[in-house]
Amino acid sequence: MIDARFAGRIGAFDLHVAFSAPERGVTALFGPSGCGKTTTLRCIAGLERLPGAFAFGYGEVWQSERTFMSPHRRPLGYVFQEASLFPHLSVTGNLRYGQRRAADRGVAFDEVVDLLGLARLMDRAPLRLSGGERQRVAIGRALLSQPRLLLMDEPLAALDRDSKDEILPYLERLHDVLSIPVIYVSHDMTEVERLADHLVLMEGGRVRAAGPVADLVADPALPLAARTGAAAVVEGVVTAIDAPFGLAHVRIDGAEMLVAAAAGPVGTRRRLRIKAEDVSICRVRPVETSILNVLPARVRAVLGREGHQVTVLLSLGEGGGGARLLARISARSYDVLGLTEGDAVFAQVKGVALA
Amino acid sequence: MTGVIVLTVKLAALSTCVLLVLGTPLAWWLARSRHWAKEGVATVVALPLVLPPTVLGFYLLVAMSPEGPVSAALAPFGVRPLAFTFAGLVAGSVVYSLPFVVNPIRNAFEAMGDRPMEAAATLRASPFDAFFSIALPLASPGILTGAILGFAHTIGEFGVVLMIGGNIPGETKVLSMTILDYVETLEWGEAHKLSALMLGFSFCVILAMTLIEKRLRRRLR
Repeated sequence: MIDARFAGRIGAFDLHVAFSAPERGVTALFGPSGCGKTTTLRCIAGLERLPGAFAFGYGEVWQSERTFMSPHRRPLGYVFQEASLFPHLSVTGNLRYGQRRAADRGVAFDEVVDLLGLARLMDRAPLRLSGGERQRVAIGRALLSQPRLLLMDEPLAALDRDSKDEILPYLERLHDVLSIPVIYVSHDMTEVERLADHLVLMEGGRVRAAGPVADLVADPALPLAARTGAAAVVEGVVTAIDAPFGLAHVRIDGAEMLVAAAAGPVGTRRRLRIKAEDVSICRVRPVETSILNVLPARVRAVLGREGHQVTVLLSLGEGGGGARLLARISARSYDVLGLTEGDAVFAQVKGVALA
Repeated sequence: MTGVIVLTVKLAALSTCVLLVLGTPLAWWLARSRHWAKEGVATVVALPLVLPPTVLGFYLLVAMSPEGPVSAALAPFGVRPLAFTFAGLVAGSVVYSLPFVVNPIRNAFEAMGDRPMEAAATLRASPFDAFFSIALPLASPGILTGAILGFAHTIGEFGVVLMIGGNIPGETKVLSMTILDYVETLEWGEAHKLSALMLGFSFCVILAMTLIEKRLRRRLR
């Protein structure tokens, strides 16, 4: 487990956070600008010093009531929002900087160069790189310092749309290939849905909620489910491939879905992202429809009206014991259907994306 | 005349070395510290910029005279009083040229910001290690400016030398003093030669400094 707890003031900002997260996968610190997520990350790295404690795994105690380990003694990797490469060193020089000073050699140089597609850039000066390339080098540099915990502070926020799209696949590969736990600061829910397993939701210097991403995005008590662009995140396993139609059968909790994308061979674990606006609700099972996924479900909660739209929380399966889905329907349809909690309905899913 | 030039260059080179060794850590402290006394120290360092060299030279003379506090402090180590010696001239030049070296280096360290040192710390570099591997190379244009300004300023020094150096050939008789001698003895031709030499030297120094600094900066930004 990762255990973090910090409380104190920095300037006029009052930070009071405490959270635990699993030691595997990506934990996102998510919240609006100025909610203290970057400060929290800096406290974890020891770049900022507030009273508190930070520990993870077996015996990695970086801070406690009585001790404070200097940042350079902590086996961490840190990726800043701006790449912050050393301008007087080449790409190779930057990559080697941390590697040379690290105690062990778990992550190999060639592996990182390969993973992040850096081979073409090695002799260049940081000045001659694009924003996206610079950030890839910064990620590689952090990985080569052999971190036991990787901290990323909005690594995509300073990039334009194209550079973002260029880097996201690399980050997903890191997630799949390396087993280093990551704490990832972001204010972009799309990134969180694609990359994170665990979510710490922050607000005004406090932790509002913490838990698995799939639970929190569809939690009726939190603002995430009702926001525009809301989506449900569900984990699934590929059970069959329907090659002639280019479809993958993905088993999720309470249903089997057809996904029109290359989801990998049978047995692959995939995360699906289903936008609330792509889900509609029927009282009776529609017949002769072009929609691929029509799933029995139960109404779990109604998240209130916003303008002329209503967000409904569904749980899949006849009895409603399965994965949670969000549906955004018009206020008129909601009144006509007369939905109440516990109703058995059918969810029509127009689009499913691999996250 | 060659002897005078060699002595002057020797004084300037030695002073510059001492200035860099003392001035760089001082500039680092001034750039990074949040100590309350920081601006007071910065003001003391800057004083030679506004004080008449004779005032500075007078106090240096008082301090380094056989009865002065510096001489008293150094006496147990077997060091004889510094007034009217080459070593005293080096010490005086260091004080006199300190702001010319410290200010550009301090500015360079400040312009660098905290980020490079933070990045180095997250890559396992101790503060000491990061100072040498990151801060010094990044501040190199400022350090070069400081070194050249310190060197050139010491070469052209006059008032302080007049007060604490005297005019001892081979020991403290530097270029600027020699020009004065020539003028006083009406050897205008000799004075012209040395003055033209100084003029050419100063022009070259400032031009070279500007060009080298420009190149370094282009490489770093």
